[in-house]
Amino acid sequence: MSACSWSACDERTNRRLDQGRGSDRLPGLRRLRRAAIFPPQFCAACGSSDLTEHRASGAGTVYATSLVCRAATPETRAHVPYNIVLVDTDEGFRMMAHGDNDLGIGDKVTARFTQFVGRLVPYFAKAK
Amino acid sequence: MSFVTGVGLTSFGKHEGSSSLDLMSKAAELAISDAGLKRADIDGILCGYSTVSPHIMLATVFAEHFGIRPSYAHAVQVGGATGLAMTMLAHHLVDAGVAKHVLVVGGENRLTGQSRDASIQALAQVGNPDYEVPLGPTIPAYYGLVATRYMHEYGVTEADLAEFAVLMRKHALMHPGAQFHDPITVADVMASKPVAMPLKLLDCCPVSDGGAAFVISREAIAERQVRIRGCAQAHTHQHVTAAPGLSELGAEISIAKAKQASGIGIADVRYAAVYDSFTITLAMLLEDLGLAKRGEAAACVRAGHFNQDGEMPLNTHGGLLSYGHCGVGGAMAHLVETHLQMTGRASNRQVRDASIALLHGDGGVLSSHVSMFLERVR
Repeated sequence: MSACSWSACDERTNRRLDQGRGSDRLPGLRRLRRAAIFPPQFCAACGSSDLTEHRASGAGTVYATSLVCRAATPETRAHVPYNIVLVDTDEGFRMMAHGDNDLGIGDKVTARFTQFVGRLVPYFAKAK
Repeated sequence: MSFVTGVGLTSFGKHEGSSSLDLMSKAAELAISDAGLKRADIDGILCGYSTVSPHIMLATVFAEHFGIRPSYAHAVQVGGATGLAMTMLAHHLVDAGVAKHVLVVGGENRLTGQSRDASIQALAQVGNPDYEVPLGPTIPAYYGLVATRYMHEYGVTEADLAEFAVLMRKHALMHPGAQFHDPITVADVMASKPVAMPLKLLDCCPVSDGGAAFVISREAIAERQVRIRGCAQAHTHQHVTAAPGLSELGAEISIAKAKQASGIGIADVRYAAVYDSFTITLAMLLEDLGLAKRGEAAACVRAGHFNQDGEMPLNTHGGLLSYGHCGVGGAMAHLVETHLQMTGRASNRQVRDASIALLHGDGGVLSSHVSMFLERVR
C-alpha cells in the first residue's frame, strides 16, 4: 500500500497517556478522533504505517462534558465531582480528558497535565 | 424463515442465592415449556456472558448444567445488543438448516453476586484502557457525554429526559416481575442524586438479578406464530471518543438495513421495544429509528404516544429503567414482552394491536446496534 496521501497519517502519538511519564505533548494523529485512542502503528483509515510524529498545541474546543458525581472506586471517589470532557483539538482529533467543572460545550480550552489516582492525565481549562 | 416459538422471563431484582446458571436455567425452562418442547428437542444453544461468573465457554458450561447436548453452541458478546444479536444469529442458523430449535439464553446474578462498585467498574471497562479508563469515567459518564452533546444540538432538556424514566416506571407498575413498584414523577427524577451529569440516579437503569430466554425455530409450533421478518446490525466504533457525529450513529444504519431486509417501514410498526439503559439512550434511539421526530421524543411521551393505549406502545414491561437490567438478559426482556403482546398474552398490559413490532438493541456506547422486525403471522 502506498503511503497515505492524506494528512491523516501525518502524525503519530508520541506517548501513551496511561504511562504517566509527564509528557507535555498530547497524542496527535490527524485522522479525526481515531487518533487519540488507537496505538498508531498504522493509520486506521488507510492502513499505512508511514507515520510521522508531531507535537499537539494543546488547544481545542469542548465537544461534550459529564460531571462525574458517583465514582466506582474508593480512589476515584476521593476526587468527585470531576468533569470528564471530550475535546476536539485544533489539530483535528478528539480526546477524552479531565477539565474545569464549569466548562461548557463550545468553550475554547488549553491543556495541561494533572495528577489523578497516581497517574498524570490531561486536563483542560478555559483558554485565556 | 424463523419463528420465536417460546419465551421465558424471571422476575428482576434480588434473587438471593441464585447463580448465573440458576437464572439462565430458570428462564430456559420457561421458554422451552412455553414452546411446548422438551429439552432434548433443543439442538442449538446461544448464550451471553456473565460478569459475575466469567467463563471462556459459557454455552457448553450451561448445556452440561442444563442437560442438553446440542449440535451447535457458543457464547456471544455484544454488550447490551447481545440478546438481539443472538436472536439474529439464531434466525440465520435455523434458516440455513444448521439447527431446528435454538435456545437463546441470558441470565446473571449481577445484583447479589457482586458489589455495586464491582459492577460499575466491570462495565466501565468498555472504555479504552489507555485513553479513557485511567480518567475514571463510568458507564453513566460515557452516556452523560453523549447526553450533553445531544441536548446541546437538539435543545433537549433534563426535564425532557425525565419523562422517559416516568413512563418506564408507569409501565413497570403493571408488571409483577418488575424490580420497581413505586410510581415516580418528573420532579422525583430531577431531584434524584446526581450520578454523571446530566444523568441522575433515576435516569439510570438499576443493576438486577434475572434471566430471560427464547426458542427460535425453523417452523412454527403453536397456533400463535411470531415470525422474524428481518434484522440487521451496524457497528461504527467501540469507544465514545471514536464515535461518529450524532447524525451518523449506528441505529440509523441498522434500521435502514433492517427495513430493507424485511420490507417493513416504520409506518407499519404497531409496537416498539427499544433499548433504554439510560433515559438519553431511549430518547436518542427513538429519534434515530424514526419513531419520533428529531428532538420531539419527549413531547411524544407527554402526549401519551408511547403509552399502553397510545399509538406506539413502548416497552410495556417497564424496560431496563424500571423492569431492571441483569446484563444480557436485561434487553432480552424486551423481546419476551413483545412476544407476549404479539400473542395476546400480556394480561393487564395487553395493547390493542401488536401485529408488527420493531426491536432495537444497543451495546457499548451506542457502538453496536441490532434492529429487528417481528410479525404475527396469524
